[in-house]
Amino acid sequence: MSTPMVEVRGVHKSFGALEVLRGVDLTVGAGHVTAVLGPSGSGKSTLLRCVNHLERADRGYVAVDGELIGYRRGRGVLHELRERQILRQRAAIGFVFQNFHLFPHLTALENVVEAPRFALRRPAAEVEAEARALLDRVGLADKADVHPRRLSGGQQQRVAIARALALRPKVLLFDEPTSALDPELVGEVLDVIRDLAAAGTTMVVVTHEIGFAREVADTVVFMDGGRVVESGPPAQVLDAPRHERTRAFLDKVL
Amino acid sequence: MSAPTTAEAAPPAGGGSDPVDLAGLPVRPAPHPLRWAAGAVVAVLAAMFLNMLVTNPAWKWDVVAEYMFAESILNALWLTVRLTVYGTVIGFAIGGVLALMRLSRSPLLAGVAWVYVWAFRSIPLIVQLLFWYNLAILYDRLSFGIPFGPAFVTFPTMELISPMTAAVLGLALHQAAYAAEIVRSGVLSVDQGQREAAAALGLPRGRQVRRIILPQAMRTIMPTAGNEVIGLFKGTSVVYVMALGELFYRVQVIYNRTGDVVPLLMVATLWYIVLTTLLSVAQFHVERHYAKGSVRVLPPTPLQRLRSAGEALARRTARGGPAPRGGTP
Repeated sequence: MSTPMVEVRGVHKSFGALEVLRGVDLTVGAGHVTAVLGPSGSGKSTLLRCVNHLERADRGYVAVDGELIGYRRGRGVLHELRERQILRQRAAIGFVFQNFHLFPHLTALENVVEAPRFALRRPAAEVEAEARALLDRVGLADKADVHPRRLSGGQQQRVAIARALALRPKVLLFDEPTSALDPELVGEVLDVIRDLAAAGTTMVVVTHEIGFAREVADTVVFMDGGRVVESGPPAQVLDAPRHERTRAFLDKVL
Repeated sequence: MSAPTTAEAAPPAGGGSDPVDLAGLPVRPAPHPLRWAAGAVVAVLAAMFLNMLVTNPAWKWDVVAEYMFAESILNALWLTVRLTVYGTVIGFAIGGVLALMRLSRSPLLAGVAWVYVWAFRSIPLIVQLLFWYNLAILYDRLSFGIPFGPAFVTFPTMELISPMTAAVLGLALHQAAYAAEIVRSGVLSVDQGQREAAAALGLPRGRQVRRIILPQAMRTIMPTAGNEVIGLFKGTSVVYVMALGELFYRVQVIYNRTGDVVPLLMVATLWYIVLTTLLSVAQFHVERHYAKGSVRVLPPTPLQRLRSAGEALARRTARGGPAPRGGTP
């Protein structure tokens, strides 16, 4: 594997008495696609949210492109970053939510323009031209001036992907991007992700689409009980799992 | 039902004739005799009420007309409007800050905001106004300087706190407590995912609040805020205790002189109604603005609704029969 783009080391996270992550390690190479599978409650989403610091890990650390997320290394101590610095770091990490979370009062174009314009402070004309190109790339050039509520779920998720891409992120994180969609709309969103993978975008995709993981992912990670149970190439993890829990999970979903 | 109809003059009762024809038949709306009867009763009552207003000379409509646009009344009205604007603007500005303090992660800020709201909601407005008015009794001089240290400038309280200042202070600080809760409810009504999405995009904090959270919160804030502004507008009448010449005070002064109590109260009432109506119209349009994107199709304005109702009526009378099925094309 080439230089790691995302590095997760020994991350623990509890919500009250509930221990969601119990020491997770994960390495994602630049240009690689990692699919994270596992039963609900296994900590997949929390892991993803720790990567861009929407959740703060109790122990362990996350680094993206060699830069520690949420902390600065001092001598023998980690300094917690100020919110403004964390926001700046997040601009390099694209995040696509299960429920899209588009801004309903803004048009599709305004949704895409907002972050490059006001998080990165890039010039308006340039940002808008690029946003239109991104909407075109996800097949929604004609929906630029439409509000999200007038779009189908699949279209909304594609706008959300364009919104995340507008920051030119080093890595894209997908939190179950197709789980809130009607079955016939899943394909159009997966097509977009497939194109991104072909273009060499580094991605971590939490998903329940086993077939998609097999086809697109370079690495499949299986999580259960807040730990990574096993990881490896799809052919190995999906077709010849070494762990009983992986096998049981795959038997249930396939 | 499929009995052969031999005689055309006598179709079968029950309407079970040729099924092909049914789709093309016009529909006669169900009769509503009780609705018509109730409408008639209400119409008669309304006519009686109007008659009562117009024919009783004790209302002295000529006096009402005389004072309605009198200069002293208009000046007083202007003061009332100014008090409302100051109270609203300053009140909601402080209230917005208090709401954000209440929602902040700092327990000190949240605590201070809570205490403020608790205190100012607990004290009757009229009591608070009198406190400000009589501040000079408590502190005869006010100074600005380093806390607990030397003062740069010192003013006599009587000069600094005029009745107008006291009124604005009292109304704004009172309004701020209510505004804080209204703004807070609005912010809480915005889906948590919106804030997460804004944070995940790395938007600066101020931008998150102004561009993402507040415009969506306005949907919840506006109806209650409209209530509050109208309440404040009428509530300004309590500043008469400080002998400030707003509408209600002025009206009292005049009728104490002339004895025309009822007509002058009617002058004040009419002005309160006129301005409240304007505020309601403004509220409707502001709400409509913030509904952008949250509903698929905006509801029509009253004007549009009136027009389409008129058109429907015209169509109906032109056809001179019951409306066709399927609504308007």
